[in-house]
Amino acid sequence: MTFIKPKFRHPDLPTNKLGYTLSYYEGALSTLCAGCGHDSISAAIIQSAFEMNIEPHKLAKLSGIGCSSKTPAYFLSNSHGFNSVHGRMPSVATGANMANKDLIYLGVSGDGDTASIGMGQFVHVIRRNLKMIYIVMNNGCYGLTKGQDSATADNGSISKSGIVNQFQAIDLCGLAIELGATFVAQSFSGDKKQLIPLIKAGMAHNGFAFINVISPCVTFNNNKGSTKSYDFVRDHLEATGTFDFVPEMEEITTNYESGEKHAIKLHDGSLLQFNKLDNEWDPLDRFSAMKAVHQAREKNEIITGLLYLNQKAMDLHELVNTCDRPLNTLKKEDLCPGNGVLAVINAGLR
Amino acid sequence: MQPTDIKNPEYFHKVVDCQYACPAHTPVPEYIRLISQEKYTEAYMINWESNVFPGVLGRTCDRPCEPACRRGRIEEEPVAICRLKRVAADNKGEVKPFMPQGPFSFNGKKIALVGGGPASLTVARDLAPLGYEIHLFDEQFKGGGFMRSQIPSFRLPESVLDEEVNYILDLGIHTHFNHFVHSMEELLSQDYDAVFVGTGAPKGRDLPDLPGRNEGAKKIHIGINWLANVAFEHTTNIGKKVIVLGGGNTAMDCCRTSRRLGGEFVKVVVRSPYSEMKASPWEKEDAMHEDIPIVDNHVPIEFVVKDGVLKGLNFEKVTPIFENGKRKLVPTGEPLVFIEADDVLIAIGQENSFPWIERSAGIDFDKWGMPVVDTLTHASSHPKVFFGGDSAWGPKNVITAVAHGHQAAISMDLFCRNLPLTQRPSPFVNLVSQKMGLHEWAYESDVVNDVRYTVAQADKKITLSNRKTEVELGFTKHEGCKEAERCLNCDIQTVFVEDKCIECDACVDICPTTCITFIDNAEEDELRQLLNMPALNTSQDLYVSAPLKTKRVMVKDEDVCLHCGLCAERCPTSAWDMHKFLYEVTKAG
Repeated sequence: MTFIKPKFRHPDLPTNKLGYTLSYYEGALSTLCAGCGHDSISAAIIQSAFEMNIEPHKLAKLSGIGCSSKTPAYFLSNSHGFNSVHGRMPSVATGANMANKDLIYLGVSGDGDTASIGMGQFVHVIRRNLKMIYIVMNNGCYGLTKGQDSATADNGSISKSGIVNQFQAIDLCGLAIELGATFVAQSFSGDKKQLIPLIKAGMAHNGFAFINVISPCVTFNNNKGSTKSYDFVRDHLEATGTFDFVPEMEEITTNYESGEKHAIKLHDGSLLQFNKLDNEWDPLDRFSAMKAVHQAREKNEIITGLLYLNQKAMDLHELVNTCDRPLNTLKKEDLCPGNGVLAVINAGLR
Repeated sequence: MQPTDIKNPEYFHKVVDCQYACPAHTPVPEYIRLISQEKYTEAYMINWESNVFPGVLGRTCDRPCEPACRRGRIEEEPVAICRLKRVAADNKGEVKPFMPQGPFSFNGKKIALVGGGPASLTVARDLAPLGYEIHLFDEQFKGGGFMRSQIPSFRLPESVLDEEVNYILDLGIHTHFNHFVHSMEELLSQDYDAVFVGTGAPKGRDLPDLPGRNEGAKKIHIGINWLANVAFEHTTNIGKKVIVLGGGNTAMDCCRTSRRLGGEFVKVVVRSPYSEMKASPWEKEDAMHEDIPIVDNHVPIEFVVKDGVLKGLNFEKVTPIFENGKRKLVPTGEPLVFIEADDVLIAIGQENSFPWIERSAGIDFDKWGMPVVDTLTHASSHPKVFFGGDSAWGPKNVITAVAHGHQAAISMDLFCRNLPLTQRPSPFVNLVSQKMGLHEWAYESDVVNDVRYTVAQADKKITLSNRKTEVELGFTKHEGCKEAERCLNCDIQTVFVEDKCIECDACVDICPTTCITFIDNAEEDELRQLLNMPALNTSQDLYVSAPLKTKRVMVKDEDVCLHCGLCAERCPTSAWDMHKFLYEVTKAG
């Protein structure tokens, strides 16, 4: 029985700008079921962090409870980590971010952890536009407790035991756009080509970046009739157009035909390049994005890609006007003006 | 690319790099696994079936398998395959009961084998159990050929050689020792149904035109003849100062033997640069360990003889220059270098020699005096006569001679049964799943990180004082187990079944060495560049599936696959499975 991943890697593995190979961003061997979509998302996170040249100690990964929330053990072993109470990852992330805004915050959650027990926290972290990337590994079921329907299970989806779901599903992307999230994307665990640039863009976004990743549960929700199975998702996938993430440093050489090209400059100077966008729909326009989400739902399609982006909104630190330095670096001398100042204030009140 | 045809046994055979590189195609991982399980007798028998002389080869093989070993591509050193073979031979139990038991019923056919070396002995072993009456001729008083006359006892103890030669002779071979065959025509006039020539390459090259060669003749020896004289105890001493000319393994054996017969200042002098010497690296190391300097880039110019006594040799210093991809040795222009010597051993190569085969015997020879031999069937132009070992295509090594012996035996058996020689038997192949449970395999799938173990040597003081004391002590059982665990089990194949795959990427994500890619199909050159890790080692194949549901194909680069089984373990649908692949070259009969 294998508990250990061999230490050998391909001898020609490339290094990133920091001199690390991809293996430096790996984690422990996954204990999830073989073929779990979550493992693919972990791999996409590893690849993104490698390509973004992230110093592992400059990133904190946070999660709640569930199969999805176990995954931070399986990537970025050299980064900070916090496995919080069920559904409470957003508050821990908020606290950590308030204390040290210099880190990249990567929250990982599941459909149960977000759409059920954590819903209250989820909607409020959106409202506050906390600068973090929030990934939901959405498999439409409670895999850790043998596959009961979750709140994101689609109406009419058939469970492994043959029962048809009677309830309406919570559409996390629609909800996030409705609540004013500033970066909303949807993707599929089986499509790393799309997922990796999305994660990279989410990490670069100045505000709350939400990615709902449909991630089939091979053990409990990959049966015929399930709307979250590999086959169903592949058949109903409707990509909003291919796009790429171009870091600030790199020169842009790709030339698109006019009318097909659509590039968005992100806060940190990096670029999001779209290609062949639907004419009807503009990811910078909230109404158009909401319409696209609703239309896809009507047509029984799964719309993927970057759905909505708002770069104008201020993140939480800007909203509450914190100082430039991370709060955890402020010493007593910075925070306490001293007796002299107090005396002056007191005097002013007399 | 077209989907890979894994039903063709040669595809997976090539993945087992060591076995593929071995001339006799010994199932290496299979016996290494048995050693790690301390099943030495079984490991020995797998070797014996395939390479006939496990004890000999475990000490002396040229190891074509080791440079091919996959382990050498993922870390510095390959598995010590050769010395593991010796572990099996050293620790085996009773093996005779597992060998063919005579007497065999006579099938009415008589075979003559000329020469008692590894090629002839292999033919004897393969054909005797089939009922052939086999007559083996050798000029020496014991069998073994060059394994006896040229490999010194400190590398190969006589007892080991005797044991393995006797396993064959005990099959009821009629031996005619001390019998030099003088005439092929006479042999053919007797009632033999087929004749096998395994007389090796018995003629050592000389430097007849070098000034002083005749005057100093008494102290100038041909390396292989001198080694034979030592082996048969006709020569028991040598001068204090010895020069060995040549850079091959024979030169290494000559210099090390000289150290044991009284040579105190022994030098190897070679024309070419050190790095281009033909000797195996480990043999060069062993020589230098015995205080024998290797002087390279020195071309012998003349023997210096004064008053009829050899004083030494004059050499010209050269430097290698590369021109149009060819290496030339160009004199440096420095004055000649004189090196003192009481004795000189010339070990600059050896040649074939067939003075006993009449050119009228019906066997065609080419313009270099070599017999014309078919590379597949080993048949000469005379229907009854077959060649193998060094005598067929010039000097190679023991394991090649054994491989020749097997093939010649097949041909001779076909010939005696009036079947076409080209009707070669297919290999015996077996492919069976190793799955025992969810995460359990019938083989040790863990990849250990140990570096190669070195074989301990006996104290130099003792080994240099006695020619017959073996230098290498061999691995202990414990070291053998540890070294055996370094084997990556390349014979446990990753087998992919397209229609089970749901393209979940689990195998891609888990693969430690990034071997697997799901990708749109393309031509091989393009595909190799587009994989998650470009497959730049073109000597290793790509395993390509038929198109999957998404129209993509699975492409696996076989180059640095660790055979760890993680792809199969992480596969939810068993589209990947680990199958043990056994490939045995079918023998005569």
